[in-house]
Amino acid sequence: MTFVEKPILLDVNGLTVAFATDRGPVTAVRDVSFSVREGEILSIVGESGSGKSVTLLSLLGLHDRKTTRVNGMVSFRGRGILDLSPGELRSIRGREIGLISQDPMTALTPVYTIGWQIAEQIRAHERISARAARKRAVELLGEVGLSNPQEAVDRYPHQLSGGMRQRAVIAMALSCNPALLVADEPTTALDVTVQAQVLDLLLRLRKDFGSAIILITHDMGVVSEVADRVAVMYAGRIVERGETEAMFESPLHPYSWGLMGSIPPLAGPRLARLKSIPGMPPTPDRIGEGCGFAPRCAFARAACLERPPLRKIGTQAALCVLEEPERAALRRTVLSAEELA
Amino acid sequence: MMPPDLSKPASAASEAASASDTPLMSARSLVKTFTVGRTLRPGSGRTLHAVDAISLDVFPAETLGLVGESGSGKSTLGRCLTRLYDIDGGTLTFEGVDITRADARALKPMRRNVQMIFQDPSASLNPRRRVRDVLAEVLKVHRIREGAGIEQRLLELMDLVGLRREYLDRYPHEFSGGQRQRIGIARALAVEPKLIVADEPVSALDVSVQAQIVNLFSDLRERLDLTYVFIAHDLAVVRQVSSRVAVMYLGSIVETGETDALYARPSHPYTQALLSAIPQPHNRGSRERILLSGEIPSPLDPPTGCKFSTRCPQAQDICRQVRPVLAALSTERQVACHFPLG
Repeated sequence: MTFVEKPILLDVNGLTVAFATDRGPVTAVRDVSFSVREGEILSIVGESGSGKSVTLLSLLGLHDRKTTRVNGMVSFRGRGILDLSPGELRSIRGREIGLISQDPMTALTPVYTIGWQIAEQIRAHERISARAARKRAVELLGEVGLSNPQEAVDRYPHQLSGGMRQRAVIAMALSCNPALLVADEPTTALDVTVQAQVLDLLLRLRKDFGSAIILITHDMGVVSEVADRVAVMYAGRIVERGETEAMFESPLHPYSWGLMGSIPPLAGPRLARLKSIPGMPPTPDRIGEGCGFAPRCAFARAACLERPPLRKIGTQAALCVLEEPERAALRRTVLSAEELA
Repeated sequence: MMPPDLSKPASAASEAASASDTPLMSARSLVKTFTVGRTLRPGSGRTLHAVDAISLDVFPAETLGLVGESGSGKSTLGRCLTRLYDIDGGTLTFEGVDITRADARALKPMRRNVQMIFQDPSASLNPRRRVRDVLAEVLKVHRIREGAGIEQRLLELMDLVGLRREYLDRYPHEFSGGQRQRIGIARALAVEPKLIVADEPVSALDVSVQAQIVNLFSDLRERLDLTYVFIAHDLAVVRQVSSRVAVMYLGSIVETGETDALYARPSHPYTQALLSAIPQPHNRGSRERILLSGEIPSPLDPPTGCKFSTRCPQAQDICRQVRPVLAALSTERQVACHFPLG
């Protein structure tokens, strides 16, 4: 599917997020730019500490304003949202942008029923009677695939299974028909058979309601299954972005190669060894101006100590000094044809 | 209430298939129950069958992958095999010696041969003790080395798991997750065990680091002739490391078989659905997904008949009435299903 003709819903430009810590400011997100079009699923993939969750939380204004400095430009439906007051932001969050968090147990309060919590969210944004809000809650629970929504609406979170709780959180995020759903590792806490159901649900929601979705995940399999476009984050930067198909066929950045080589295949010949990436990701206070991946990169060179250039190839772009045809030749030394989709 | 089928060991097939090879560890109709919701009132509480009459052999030099979703009982089974849990029924033997009810003293020689690696290395390492002390304690408890021999062995262990020797004097918090898991592995290796039961040893790690640890497991098996029981929910990782796989569902083994064959042609509908549910970056779009409805039922109240019958797309009436026994489908494959897939 291509979304070129659809209008841009969310545009992020040069987003930089720094935290004040005891040891001075630490930059967790550096100069991150991406956009999401209406009805599109963008996946931000990265390992822990790569800055993917911080990116999301700060563009939603969910960061601690006292200790966090957010720079850059974020516009939602053409309107800058970084400088909005907390009150103005609240009228967008929950109504136009829905959030699905990783752990449904912490997203739900244990002391109220699911129905009460969904109704509260609806009534925060719409003038609607309690009875009507409850009726909406039952409908929403049905839409996200709870088998008995009439009954589930009066259940407390602890009475539901993990998969059902995650569906309840998704129902809540959907309650005001948001144009954009932001999902932070929505299936990480779930078993694979339940994960498959929830991913299926997200795809159906996009189809039925046209919601755009930003899906944060560390799972390349999930990305390949649902995303239209991908942004790979490493050490606070988006090191590669592009359409999913192209990215799995010909990943540009050596970090993406390493990620793909690290995943054992489920079919075909087994590998004698996985192609792991040596070392470990840097902590945010250890990242300089140069390429954050250079210390672990087999192809690093002197130029990598400086800020890496953004190179574009077709629908793809990568922050890396490598150029064709050298890049393709090096990729062949890392990934075999079978390992590329 | 237990169907009569389960009272007799479902192991005739595995014994026949393995006559040429003596198992290192052998479980017959192993049962582990927990009582939940007990109050002061006598007789209150309900019994949860976490491991429900499981029979299983672990052969020397193999890596047996134990897979299943949360609540399948795979971790409980792992802890029964290492006798971290007391066993409530059936028998467990190690090298032919019955250890089902052995007490701590009788278990000590077995502990030298059977070690465990845990999921969360930060929870299984004492934060107040240096790596040196953690590892040396094991050597002293089992009187494996003395004096200068201990130091020598510590250095060997660090080399084995790929950690720098000077890290011996560090505390666990000074390490990353992957390094901490290497320490957990070094501790298990310290006593030169024959069998290692690893419970989700890589699931807390990021993919790039996970691959390093998976490779380390493979390297160590070759260098030290180890036998592994590798418990994990990630089927791709299990495929990478295992020579044989057992699939668990609600406290029972539903299928076992040689890894490549089992992944290529699953015989149990649950195995098939589980495999189809995994999103895969390789070979994307080339497979058909079987979307199971619902979730794994509560082990407190398992379905009658086949435990998978409530979610099985192929279930018939008999599946809801009679619990299928794990039986040989071929020399390499056992399956507990009335209608195994062709």
